This record gives sequence, structure tokens and C-alpha cells, in this order.
Amino acid sequence: MHPAKSVIIFTTLSGIGFGMLFFIGLGMIVPEGLMAFIWFAIAYLFAVGGLIASTFHLKHPERALRAFTQWKTSWLSREGVLSVVALLVMAAYGAGLVFLNTRWAYVGYIGAALSVLTVFATSMIYAQLKTVPRWRDFSTPLMFLGYAGAGGSLMTGQVDYALALLALAGLLQLLNWMRGDGALGKSGSDIGTATGLGTAAQVRAFEPPHTGTNYLLKEMVYVVGRKHAGRLRILSLLMGIGLPILLLLVPFGHMLAALAIVSHIVGVFASRWLFFAQAEHVVGLYYGKR
Amino acid sequence: MTQLPQSTDRKLGLVIDLDTCVGCHACVISCKGWNTENYGAALSDTDAYGPNVSGTFLNRVHSYEVKPETGPAQLIHFPKSCLHCEDAPCVTVCPTGASYKRTADGIVLVNEDACIGCGLCAWACPYGARELDATAGVMKKCTLCIDRIYNENLPEEDQIPACVRTCPAGARHFGDFADPNSNVSKLTAERGGMDLLPEQGTRPTNKYLPPRPKDCSGEINTLAPLLEPVAIDGKGFVGWLDKMLSALPGGNT
Repeated sequence: MHPAKSVIIFTTLSGIGFGMLFFIGLGMIVPEGLMAFIWFAIAYLFAVGGLIASTFHLKHPERALRAFTQWKTSWLSREGVLSVVALLVMAAYGAGLVFLNTRWAYVGYIGAALSVLTVFATSMIYAQLKTVPRWRDFSTPLMFLGYAGAGGSLMTGQVDYALALLALAGLLQLLNWMRGDGALGKSGSDIGTATGLGTAAQVRAFEPPHTGTNYLLKEMVYVVGRKHAGRLRILSLLMGIGLPILLLLVPFGHMLAALAIVSHIVGVFASRWLFFAQAEHVVGLYYGKR
Repeated sequence: MTQLPQSTDRKLGLVIDLDTCVGCHACVISCKGWNTENYGAALSDTDAYGPNVSGTFLNRVHSYEVKPETGPAQLIHFPKSCLHCEDAPCVTVCPTGASYKRTADGIVLVNEDACIGCGLCAWACPYGARELDATAGVMKKCTLCIDRIYNENLPEEDQIPACVRTCPAGARHFGDFADPNSNVSKLTAERGGMDLLPEQGTRPTNKYLPPRPKDCSGEINTLAPLLEPVAIDGKGFVGWLDKMLSALPGGNT
């Protein structure tokens, strides 16, 4: 799939933002007054910034409000609704802390649960697609939740949780790669079932329907950059998981913590780029590109 | 709403005969011609006369080489457009309700005024039947020529999809699959009409008729007789000519 910048930024940043809101909502940190304002501002910057980035890949963003209507069937719509509700509930929780120095614990718990659900809905936009066997796996939502938890705990300074969740996110990432690499082969779809003309060994794409490229090829048969996928995977694990863990293990310092966060975000960006760039859509079968 | 109807009164769709299709692409052109001038946003081309030609099409014709276990290879032309699936995954993923399946006739359509151009429906379609128009920024797909089939201003013979009307080989058939006595239902039953990517669970309405087995009387090699030496035991003038030419330098037995 085409790794659109807007979607990579959206899933990475909003994952971290809602991860932060989860830990804040649980009361892992209970800042008050101005400090609370700063904490919430950072979390909202990530969560809302990611959501705004996601509208950049819409061709008609002026109609984006319509996307809140189809929550009965559409994970994309559910994600939109959940994110807004989560942000509103956490805003109420934040208002109590900032203006009244009061912690409404249950509001925070509800906000934390909604934040987790939002990240889950984000992951299901991809995990629901039968057309992309690599994504359609239980490990996809787990990995998204793992990264959100790791990023959220890292950002809110929960060192013990961050160490555990970073390690867990790394394992879930490996699981997603291991299961994803063979997914298209195991899906049972090949050029034979796509055309109904015989077994995969008997059918060969002889001539494409057009001499130039088209939307389908650009969007769903993206192959550029896959040759560095192996190296990028290692880099993503080192930056996103390995280095942050190391930096958290050495005696704590604000500069080291900041470095851990930057490294983690860069690593997750790389992981998300691979998530899209390596995903094989079955429409490629019609073009003999799989 | 993007909830799919439990069932539709009619199931309008196409039968595409892979045995008859000659791969002329006339259906591609007539489709683009009709649909760029009528219902919805035009089907744009970008860099149409430059080096990076690209454009939106609702129907495209692939060609495949099929090499059976026995017999010679075949070239199969393979037109592909929206299959108007009963379990259309493109409809349920739509966040705005722009994509919908009609209860009356099962046609899957896009309300372009409600489309935000997110592209998720195109990702959800296994067949590549949806293309986001680069200029209009809305999702385009086959409408089964809804503005022809119900258009009483057209002569009756034109009240069928443009691709079916134009096909010079008669490889495309339009009808109601809900009626077991319709032309398309009968063709599907007689010729073993098949679903594409059945494992995706989309239950497509459109059916494809597989190529019929070709006649196969021993080895088919139309050039082989020409490669044989002419008149190896020729008599008369031909025999004399054969001997004389073989005797020349470079001539062989």
C-alpha cells in the first residue's frame, strides 16, 4: 500500500497522544493547575495533531463531519466518533485538574478506557481489510495498542511501565512481522483464484490493461523501497524499542528521557512506514505483481 | 446508510464471457465515453499527451496467458469492472454513507456529494473496481449505467449498459440474476459461471463464463509442414531440382 505521510503521522502521533491520555486518565500522574494544563496540552497536541494530519489525505476535507455518521458499520467512522468523545471526556477531567485542582477519578477512568478504544478503532481500520492479508490479523490491533502504551508511558514518565510496555511492543511488532510475512501466501488468494482461469502455475499476466500507471497501481501495488525493508526493520526496532529501553535503564535525566522519546517516535515512524509499504493488496494479483 | 440490504428485489449485473471476448477494449472506451459525459464527475485524464499518462477508468481489460497441463497455451482477455457484490466490503467501510447498495436492484453506487475522498472503499475492494478521480477527488465506480438502463428517452435497445451495447463480440450480457429465467441466469447455469476471488466472501453478482475447451487434434503446429523438406522422394522436375540444389555448396542431403 502507498505509505501516505499523513496517515503515518496520524497513526503514530495520535497513538502516542491517546496513550498519554490513558495514563493521565488512570491517575498515574495527577498534576494540578498550570502543570496539569501543560500535560494536557502535550497530550492533546499529539492526539489532535495526529487527527488533523489524517484529514490531509482526504480529497474533500470540507465534508469530514459526515464521517461521524456511519459508526454502525465503519471502523473509520467509529474511530472518529470515539476520538472526539475520548477528547471531550478527558477535557472535562482536565478542566477539573487545571481550574479546580480537583480529580474526578471516574471521569478519568472513562476517558482512559475511551482512549484505548480509540487506538483499537484506529488499528481496526486496517485489521478489518480482507484485501490486505498482512493486516488482517489479531496481532495488528495488539501491536497498535502496544505502541500506544509504550509511547504513552514513556511520555508520562512511567519508567517501570515504559520498560515493560516497550519490550511488549517490540515483541508484538515481531509477532506482526512474522505472521504478516506469510499472510498473503496463506490467504488462499492467487492469480488463479483472482481470474478463475486455473492454478497459479498455469496463469500468467500477459498484458496489463493500460500502458501508463493508474490509481490502483500507485495506491495499492506500491513496491518502491521494499528492498531496504530488512534493514529498516532492524533500525525501527533499535530506535523505537532498544535505545529507549537502554536510556531508561541508565540513571534518570531529563535530557536522556527526551532522547528516549525522540528515538522512540522515529522508530515508530519507521515501523508505520513499513506497515504500509510492505502491505500487499490482493488487487496486485490481477497485475501479476505478487 | 452503509448497512447492506438483507436482500435486494432484483440483482442486476453482467455476465462476461471469457470465451468470446476478443480483447478489443471497445467496452473500455464506450464506458469512459458515456460515464465521463453523464452521471457524476467526469473521468479525468492526467498528462494525457505526456510521458506519464494516467486516467480514471471504470472498466479495464487485462490479458492472461493460460498454460493448461495438456494442450497449447491460450490468451484470455479479461474485462474487469465493479461486480456489484452482495456482501460489498466497499460499502460497509465507508465512513460517510456515500457508498451504498440499492435495495431495488442491488447496484452499488457512490453519492459523490457525500464522498470525502478517503479512499478506504478502494482499499476494501479486492477487484480494483474503484478509482479515486485525480481531478474531482471523489470515488468513481461502475454504475451499471444507471442513467441508461432506466432512461426511457433512449431507444429500447440502448437501455443497457454502454459496455454491453458496444461489445462487437457479444461477450457481455446484462440482466437480472434474481430471476432464474433471465438470460444471465441461464447463461451462468449452462456455462458454469464463476465468481472471482470467492475466498474473499464478497458474493459478487457479476459472473464470468470460463473459456470453453479448445479443439485439440494431436499436435497443433501450423508451421511444421513448411519446415519439412519439400518432396523428399520427389519425382520428375521436382526430384531433379532437389538433387541439383543439394549438390550446390551449402546444400545438404
